[in-house]
Amino acid sequence: MSTPAKHSAYLAHHFSDSIQQSDSAKLGMWIFLLTEILLFGGLFVAYAIYRAWNPDMFYNAHKYLDVTLGALNTVVLITSSLTMALSIRCMQLGNRKRTMHLLLVTLILAGVFLIVKYFEYSHKIHLGQLPGKYYTFTGIEGNNPHIFFSIYFMMTGLHGIHVLAGMGVIGWILKRTSRGDFSPEYYTPIELTGLYWHLVDMIWIFLFPLLYLIG
Amino acid sequence: MNTMPEKHYLNEKRGWKSWLFTLDHKRIGILYLYGIMAAFLVGGVFAMLVRLELLHPGRDLMDAKTYNQFFTLHGAVMIFLFIIPSIPAALGNFVLPQMLGAKDVAFPKLNLASWYIYVVGALVAIYSIYAGGVDTGWTFYTPYSTTTSTSVVAMTLGAFILGFSSIFTGLNFIVTIHKMRAPGMTWFKMPLFIWGLYATAIIQVMATPVLGITLLLLIMERVLAVGIFDPAMGGDPVLFQHFFWFYSHPAVYIMILPGMGIISELIATFSQKKIFGYKAIAFSSLAIAFISFLVWGHHMFVSGQSQLASMIFSFLTFLVGIPSGIKVFNWVATMYKGIIRFDTPMLYALAFLFLFTIGGLTGIFLGTLATDVHLHDTYFVVAHFHYVMMGGTVMAFLGGIHFWWPKMWGRMFNKKWALLSWLLIFIGFNMTFFTQFILGTKGMPRRYYNYLDQYQPLHAFSSYGSWVLGLGFLIMAVYLFYSIKRGPVAGNNPWGSLTFEWKSSSPPPVANFETEPILKHGPYDYDKIIPERTYS
Amino acid sequence: MNSEAKSHYHILPLRTYITVAGALMVLTVVTVAVSFVNLGGWNAVTAVFIAAVKASLVALFFMHLKYDKKINAVVFLMAILFLAIFLSFTFFDILSRGDIYSEVEKSIKGKAVIYDTMPFDSKSAGHDDSLTVENNEP
Ligand SMILES: [Cu+2]
Repeated sequence: MSTPAKHSAYLAHHFSDSIQQSDSAKLGMWIFLLTEILLFGGLFVAYAIYRAWNPDMFYNAHKYLDVTLGALNTVVLITSSLTMALSIRCMQLGNRKRTMHLLLVTLILAGVFLIVKYFEYSHKIHLGQLPGKYYTFTGIEGNNPHIFFSIYFMMTGLHGIHVLAGMGVIGWILKRTSRGDFSPEYYTPIELTGLYWHLVDMIWIFLFPLLYLIG
Repeated sequence: MNTMPEKHYLNEKRGWKSWLFTLDHKRIGILYLYGIMAAFLVGGVFAMLVRLELLHPGRDLMDAKTYNQFFTLHGAVMIFLFIIPSIPAALGNFVLPQMLGAKDVAFPKLNLASWYIYVVGALVAIYSIYAGGVDTGWTFYTPYSTTTSTSVVAMTLGAFILGFSSIFTGLNFIVTIHKMRAPGMTWFKMPLFIWGLYATAIIQVMATPVLGITLLLLIMERVLAVGIFDPAMGGDPVLFQHFFWFYSHPAVYIMILPGMGIISELIATFSQKKIFGYKAIAFSSLAIAFISFLVWGHHMFVSGQSQLASMIFSFLTFLVGIPSGIKVFNWVATMYKGIIRFDTPMLYALAFLFLFTIGGLTGIFLGTLATDVHLHDTYFVVAHFHYVMMGGTVMAFLGGIHFWWPKMWGRMFNKKWALLSWLLIFIGFNMTFFTQFILGTKGMPRRYYNYLDQYQPLHAFSSYGSWVLGLGFLIMAVYLFYSIKRGPVAGNNPWGSLTFEWKSSSPPPVANFETEPILKHGPYDYDKIIPERTYS
Repeated sequence: MNSEAKSHYHILPLRTYITVAGALMVLTVVTVAVSFVNLGGWNAVTAVFIAAVKASLVALFFMHLKYDKKINAVVFLMAILFLAIFLSFTFFDILSRGDIYSEVEKSIKGKAVIYDTMPFDSKSAGHDDSLTVENNEP
């Protein structure tokens, strides 16, 4: 299986080599992403059902979402995905400085996303377009418009929590990079963070047209 | 004379810290074992109290409200705290890396984290008892669960947290099986218990997140009245049942599949014969896992689900019978002309075969649209799932516990007491639950506090059975705990098994094997090799 | 071993990343533009289709699925498959929910003996208007 010489600092004792270790870590991460997809999946199913039952109400209610801000956030998240992917590439090439810069940009873009989201939320709270029993807005025609905003807040809220968690992880990875934990031979944690961040981006890629662009 | 190894995983490090911060999968398995034993005790006490109350119609010792809370707690504790983690997290954790010839699971820290999450989830669930209890049944059906004044939020939050523990175990097992097998251990040389755990792990990671979002939505419904499940807010209560059963039907296979894996090990070992139809058993586990996601609507035939959906779900439900049947036939064929030894684990395997077959066949009655309308929500259903869950999973679990007990502690339990306890459990179980099939066909609805006088003799008989059952478990608890310190030294391979975990000492060393293990023969090659037994 | 580990990973050229990000931006513009054209029921379909293309680009290139071990792609596809099962099987019920109510309105076998012993009018059995759930009719 393994010879002791192969055991370097970052190799855990129960793996025989670093390829086995990084392959295991990546597979584990993908399975975690699978659970995330199915977790969001429940909300997507709820969305699909209530849209199928109330197509007119969904159309009327979605007009109160700001397409410009939604599109802006889409662009922000795509860009942050790009910088995340590039930061891994820089680590593969051994450029630690640039990796850190790109991670920092990713972190800032995630913050921008949340700030935009904050403005959207506060506008809706101001109008009383709140989920469930707190819904007080009167300007939307159709059956139970509060359900649209329940779904809107739950989907974007759960996504927002994931963005927040992602910021925490990226910050931690940034710190570890600056500490010199990673090298072209070992950068698995950055890679796993990247996978998670791309999934957060991917979910927004679906949320944006489904919520903001009901034709 | 057998001797204990000088150093092993139990005495290498000592003190409570060495247990609470351990990353050793064997110790984590033991920690889980303590957890689920405690849960089984709590759930069992609730069950006995419920049966005691049902001895006569009307009030015996508690009022109807308390009764509702007690059967809810019995169900929730047994399902979420005992049976789901029982085989995978306790026995699976202990055995899986050893069977694969690995030093540990792929992510030991995640493994320990999953145990702590289990404990936290359990504490939150117990908190709900203090905060007013729960009386919705373990299924939390809306709209009752959104209107009752009991502490549904705490209990669902507990179940939500427990879900993560289950996901982490499943994730760990999948990666371990894919990446950590010893040299020579190809997919089709893996013991069938591993195949069972693999299929289980797939369901754990696929289905549990949906339970998570369902429970979150339920909490949201109670806190914000979001209008997804609550009809008063324009929601659809039947939708809750879809969400709930998308997880909870596959979850019954989280419970039974690892049990089936254990039975494969037991039957091959105690028949000293090559398992019949290895690949058929292995693939039928995967087939069950896949089909389990297509049948959840059979719980909703009388809930107002559309006829089209009911027909599709009923038809697909019959398909589950095929892989289950394949397994049972292969086990029976394995025993044919084998050298059968009736050691304690084998007795439980035989009990499993008998009881699971009854449980499985009555499941077919319930999956049939027309008969289900008659039997739905009667004691027939209660009897059916206890035959599958207790007659199936718990029997397999007990078989596994007795089988690996000498591996865990290096000592053997008293087989005479074990035989007595097995007899009591087998007889008590059938007294308790076969009676309920009859009650159900006579029309006794489940979950009722009061009932007509004509059901009294059968209810009483069922309650007497529960006492016999309880006595059997009491005896087991005594002789098992006694044997940990004082049982005779078991030796390395007391049952003469060919699977990997018996190649090391019992109890095994911290790193599982003294030397690098290399697979030289399949797990069931009893026709080529007669294994050496060290205890009889 | 280090050389082994290195060759194990693909280092994609910078151009690939930039091109993919550019494609994602273009598709974002396209999906916004299409939403302003009335295509009837096809609006939702195109929106989801474009989103799926974008998600595939992210998965294949940013997440390296194209170059990674096949098993990771299998895990990803399983997630999609089981989500599809969840959605479609629930819709078997959701879209034809009305069918049980039409059955009920026919009145359940008004001549059956059991109705003779019941206190209420046999013809009204199963004729409860409250059974029709308005919300479920699209
Ligand atoms: Cu079921």
